[in-house]
Amino acid sequence: MNEFTISSQTIDLPAFRASLADASCGACVVFEGWVRNHNEGRAVMHLAYEVYAPLALKEGETILREALQRFDISQARAIHRQGELAMAEPAVVVGVSSAHRDAAFNACRYIIDEIKHRLPIWKKEYYADGTAEWVNCRHCATSHSHAKTLPEIKAQTP
Amino acid sequence: MKRVTVKWFAAYREATGTAAEAAETAAATAADLFAEMMSRHRQLAAFSGAMVAINDEMVDWTSPLADGDQVLFFPPVAGG
Repeated sequence: MNEFTISSQTIDLPAFRASLADASCGACVVFEGWVRNHNEGRAVMHLAYEVYAPLALKEGETILREALQRFDISQARAIHRQGELAMAEPAVVVGVSSAHRDAAFNACRYIIDEIKHRLPIWKKEYYADGTAEWVNCRHCATSHSHAKTLPEIKAQTP
Repeated sequence: MKRVTVKWFAAYREATGTAAEAAETAAATAADLFAEMMSRHRQLAAFSGAMVAINDEMVDWTSPLADGDQVLFFPPVAGG
């Protein structure tokens, strides 16, 4: 069974929470990432996620496996949306169940941070003024840099 | 020369105007190929935070290219 999934439908939160049920667990932490109506001072009307599913699924499963190895938890799951999303919809949900709360909080934080930095998923925001932009591409020079980032490259003259 | 397929996503797809293209290249690495592509596509920018995958595996920009590779260029990601 796949613990990491990409969904084109509104995330069913009660079903997601139920999927984490485990009689050996005393703690369950669920993080929901919501569509926010503003970003960097601009009013956001709606947004769309583009997902490269083959790699996002593989890398998503890897992140969940890493969390299960690093933290003393029983279950870890996540769902990420793709396509058009309306205001206040959950865009991503991460759930962890464990015997005790510390591990669940830490693992949940780890998973959402890695999802944001590693999965081939892009967010396009549509603003009230009619423009649209890919998030992270306006201030790329100062954006989060990861181990596999592009070195300084200059265009070659043909 | 190697024959590779280049795939573009999100902001890169919009900058190049295509989702996929064939390229014949002497580029040794993924970074070299990207630099070559920058001369082909004037709108293309080398974003810091961009990533690359070869044949559906995330790799370093210094990874070597082989004939028949499918090279995926990812602009900075923004999941969550």
